[in-house]
Amino acid sequence: MFEQFDMEEAELVEYFRAQIREDPDVASAVAAIRSLLEFLKRDQSETILGLRENMTKAIHRLEETDSSVAVSSGGELFLRFISLTSLEHPDLSQCKNVMIERGELFLKKISLSRGKVGKLCHTFIKDGAKILTHSSSRVVLKVLENAAADNKRFTVYVTESQPDSAGKHMAQKLGKLNIPVMVVLDAAVGYIMEKVDLVIVGAEGVVESGGVINKIGTYQMAVCSKAHNKPFYVVSESFKFVRLYPLNQQDVPDRFKYKADILKTVKDLNQEHPMIDYTPPSLITLLFTDLGVLTPSAVSDELIKLYL
Amino acid sequence: MADSDGRQVVSINHSTEEDVKLQEVVQAKCEGKELTKEEKQRLRKEKKQHKKNKKDDRGPPEKEKEKEKASVLAPSKPATQSPAHKAAPVPVNASASESPVAAEKPAKSKAEQRAERRARQDTERASKQGKKEGGQQSASSKPKATPNELQPVKRLPEHIQVDDPAALKKLAKKLERQQVPLRSDYGYKVSLFSHLHQYSRKNPPTQQISIPATVIHPSIVRLGLQYSQGIIAGSNARSVALLHAFKQVIQDYSTPPNEELSRDLVNKLSPYISFLSQCRPLSASMGNAIKYIKKEISNIPSQCKEEEAKRRLQECIDSYINEKIILASEAISKYAIEKISDGDVILVYGCSSLVNHILCEAFEKQRKFRVIVVDSRPRLEGREALRRLVKKGIRCTYVLISALSYILPEVSKVFLGAHALLANGYVMSRVGTSQIALVAKAYNVPVLVCCETYKFCERVQTDSFESNELDDPDDLIVTRNGKTHLENWQTVKSLGLLNLVYDVTPPDFVDLVITDLGMIPCTSVPVVLRVKNVDQ
Repeated sequence: MFEQFDMEEAELVEYFRAQIREDPDVASAVAAIRSLLEFLKRDQSETILGLRENMTKAIHRLEETDSSVAVSSGGELFLRFISLTSLEHPDLSQCKNVMIERGELFLKKISLSRGKVGKLCHTFIKDGAKILTHSSSRVVLKVLENAAADNKRFTVYVTESQPDSAGKHMAQKLGKLNIPVMVVLDAAVGYIMEKVDLVIVGAEGVVESGGVINKIGTYQMAVCSKAHNKPFYVVSESFKFVRLYPLNQQDVPDRFKYKADILKTVKDLNQEHPMIDYTPPSLITLLFTDLGVLTPSAVSDELIKLYL
Repeated sequence: MADSDGRQVVSINHSTEEDVKLQEVVQAKCEGKELTKEEKQRLRKEKKQHKKNKKDDRGPPEKEKEKEKASVLAPSKPATQSPAHKAAPVPVNASASESPVAAEKPAKSKAEQRAERRARQDTERASKQGKKEGGQQSASSKPKATPNELQPVKRLPEHIQVDDPAALKKLAKKLERQQVPLRSDYGYKVSLFSHLHQYSRKNPPTQQISIPATVIHPSIVRLGLQYSQGIIAGSNARSVALLHAFKQVIQDYSTPPNEELSRDLVNKLSPYISFLSQCRPLSASMGNAIKYIKKEISNIPSQCKEEEAKRRLQECIDSYINEKIILASEAISKYAIEKISDGDVILVYGCSSLVNHILCEAFEKQRKFRVIVVDSRPRLEGREALRRLVKKGIRCTYVLISALSYILPEVSKVFLGAHALLANGYVMSRVGTSQIALVAKAYNVPVLVCCETYKFCERVQTDSFESNELDDPDDLIVTRNGKTHLENWQTVKSLGLLNLVYDVTPPDFVDLVITDLGMIPCTSVPVVLRVKNVDQ
């Protein structure tokens, strides 16, 4: 029984990696949920409790592979969604079928979420607007795509976002859509803020207070935009809502701050530089999610509805 | 329907018949016969009607007041009725009692009144279908009441209307009826707070009751004295003491022969609650506890035996204390300990039982932190907190609130307790809390408020003036080296001493609220209230 599980574990990770390879555009959480669904279908446990335990172990295993907040939150929401139904059937295979059905439903819903967000947000981009964004976010790309398709004229400034220069990838993709784009240094955010009209960023995770966890440099941008009184918008799917409540930068758990391989190899984390930072809700104007356009205080409301 | 109308017409014309009926029932009582349900009901009706007639003899009451009372009586009576009783006779009685009075007024014709009454009965009967909750009925009867054009939109609680002589008169009358002593205010009140009571600790209301007290249970008298002298202080302590006293009251209670426990016990509790609020104004947590008990009592089915009912109520009270206070503090400690990391410097203010519990638990779980206790005059509650923490072995520092901005750069987190959490996210707590939150915000130190959900209340307040408590002003007098400069402060006309007890902190200063339901931002309090109402 144990050997069977280990093999499936390795298979699971392989499946997950394959998903990301085949479709680089898919959100890592969606890939994780697809892999979990596959795992559920192949699982051989005899009891519901055993099934749940296996699922939790699988989620942990995936978190070790990809340490982003979205995988953890997506996994937990998936588990809650499939077990939220009545599992009173006497036959285990019937229960499993119900769970698999709900899993497919969940997957379908969240695959559509990016489109929903795009549709909601693009109306906030006016003709002639100058937009500032940070690093590379697929949701922001979708929003800008929708706005361009709506025949709006706007310019985009993207920060380089070191250490992985993700901003340059974003600039390339925007260039393909024929949107005028300019790459700026991370240090030039204060300089450029007076020129832009609004700031749109994506999120790796949305926390209970209504704040967001995103690529490092987002907090800086939020503080600058507050000082210049520019609106700061965050676009994110709802499966990124997570039950964390950080009070400040130090309070974000270490397992999210660094990449998964660094967590495993490096002994002294103080020498490493974190990849994400936390933006408090007081600096955010609005959040665009597939649940609607929310103020930061409404996020807690939605979270209570999702989790309680 | 025709039958009720017929009865109604009969009652108008033959008012003496009711007197005869009353005689019959009294006779039956004297003969020791067991009164049936219907007879009990009728007896109650007659009692109420006689009271009404007595009021007529005293003087011509205002026409609107009578109508208002009648219309209020009618919906309130069905609200308190158990489903076993028939609904129809009651509105008939209410209108019947009103009709002899109304007959005196020449302004409205009898036909008009009858039509109005019929319309009211119809709507009441319609609204009574399937719904037992009083709230429903008051909602449907309120539009009936507004044609009278007299009902005020919302009634203010009397304890914040001290400068309104009409409200004072109403209170005096109510207390006289309940045989509870009225406490008089003491000393000159600062004009901004003249709408609040200010009592002196030297004159507790217990001095005005005879021993042994006939109307008020001795454990309630003791409790009132403990409140007014400050022996029991702190939101949780007061609520728990109140519930224990109520347990004693229920234990000693015995149902009078013609009454039902579910109705009579609630009526018995009202003078006790008036007495306690005379000793010291009720806190939000006490208010919620009382609401819960009253609901439990009125939900006792009428066929339940007295012993069984009493046992059930005792169990309810025990489980309330256990769930809402003891287990809640365990849950809150678990969440709060996640937020305490090694090397933290935690600031606490005053003495909150919950915060002390959290810190002691965290210390037992081997977290390394030190505590700064901030204290303020005249209560100096911080000393009690200091005592408890040092006994555990936690490293503490003690400062007065005037040294707050000096000590804050060292602090990494602030933990505050709360007296109540208001529906708009404001935190009501000991005076000085708002100051601490403000200065902590200026230094960017996170502020965490710990509060159980039973302290959440539906009230909304944006400032500390509207509803507060004034403590004994003599507490502010201090004697140093044998000299008391403020000894004769009453003689100085322009001098007022203000000893506030509570203040209100806006949600912008609070980063996180830890409740037994989890960690929520301050603005999510109405969501929790909504979820709780759905559960109930």
